[in-house]
Amino acid sequence: MSDQNWPLWEVFIRTRNGLSHRHVGSVHAVDATMALHAARDTYTRRGEGLSVWVVPSASITASDPADKDMMFEPTASKIYRHPTFYEIPDEVGHM
Amino acid sequence: MYTQALNTQDQAPSAASDPLADARFQARVDAEERIEPNDAMPEAYRRTLTRQIAQHAHSEIVGMLPEGNWITRAPSLKRKAALLAKVQDEGGHGAYLYAAAETLGTSREQMEEQLLSGAAKYSSIFNYPTLTWADIGIIGWLVDGAAIMNQIPLCRCSYGPYARAMVRVCKEESFHQRQGYEIMIALARGTPAQKQMAQEALDRWWWPVLMMFGPPDKDSQHTESAMRWKIKRFTNDELRQKFVDATVPQGHFLGLTFPDPALTFDAATQHWNYGEIDWAEFKRVVAGDGPCNRQRMKQMRAKHADNAWVREAATAFARKRRQRAEAMPIAAE
Ligand SMILES: [Fe+2]
Ligand SMILES: [Fe+2]
Repeated sequence: MSDQNWPLWEVFIRTRNGLSHRHVGSVHAVDATMALHAARDTYTRRGEGLSVWVVPSASITASDPADKDMMFEPTASKIYRHPTFYEIPDEVGHM
Repeated sequence: MYTQALNTQDQAPSAASDPLADARFQARVDAEERIEPNDAMPEAYRRTLTRQIAQHAHSEIVGMLPEGNWITRAPSLKRKAALLAKVQDEGGHGAYLYAAAETLGTSREQMEEQLLSGAAKYSSIFNYPTLTWADIGIIGWLVDGAAIMNQIPLCRCSYGPYARAMVRVCKEESFHQRQGYEIMIALARGTPAQKQMAQEALDRWWWPVLMMFGPPDKDSQHTESAMRWKIKRFTNDELRQKFVDATVPQGHFLGLTFPDPALTFDAATQHWNYGEIDWAEFKRVVAGDGPCNRQRMKQMRAKHADNAWVREAATAFARKRRQRAEAMPIAAE
């Protein structure tokens, strides 16, 4: 009973430098409140963050690494999505 | 080292390996790509890593015991606060590492069970006793110092979650080593009795610390696959030499003498040569017959049993809160 596996939570922290929440690791906890406390103790002992998210690991839907080509390859051929695809005469200056 | 696991033979029957998939995997490793949890990987890679990361995690946790022994007896409030924070960090390191190992498909509970049953190992160094306050200085300076040598290259390990956990750990280790060395400075500059205490601690710990890096290269046949998979970047002897070269001048600065008459500086190679390590002692300690093996296991098992009520209470409290929330009428309606 006491040894049954506690759910896993993924931990995300937003640092003080204004970047978005970033995945830092995971914790085990019986519920969200305990997960927040465990995440605070485990991942923010030196003022690493100003905000913590915990998300049940089971709630995350991830892309399959096996589908990598199907998922991401099509963007490789669309070079016209990049600014360098377009030619602007030097005289125009920085654009 | 905390990763002495790499030096033990993997007994599990090798799953039918697919040469084509293995070659594809090796090509990714060679290209310095990081391997992530759901990626295809050879079974042997998964097993080796699981064992190594679990052993590393166990070492962090068991390593809390010899230092925890001195928290209530630290000589000042400053030292007590620092030691408490350091031991708490080590618990954190264990937590990062268990989380990294779990991504390979073994649960934390399983790993803990393997530790408590004696099936899993932890670093040999934590089977030595902390007899005096100077041992706490030595652990920070030398044991954490040796761990840093080993862990810095692991930040570039091919397995992403392990490498990322190591980056986090390495950021915290520097404080551990510095607080230990500061303790040593205070003792070395103290009364003759304090200086003697520092010297005796160095005499006791020096050789066991050198053993942390594992058997000499000529006797560790598993280094090859670990290097090929880029789990390991340097051999045991290479890391040991780096450690000796970095540490000897620090010891001399303290005015202490290393318990090794063969320790000499080789001007040609710019390295410190050291004497023969007693590998029979190392084997004895790894096999369970060190000064504190039985005590450590007893403490770990007692802690697990004594804390059972906390785990039960947390589970019961969560259930109660969930039931209350479900029974409550929805206020917003
Ligand atoms: Fe540590
Ligand atoms: Fe440490």
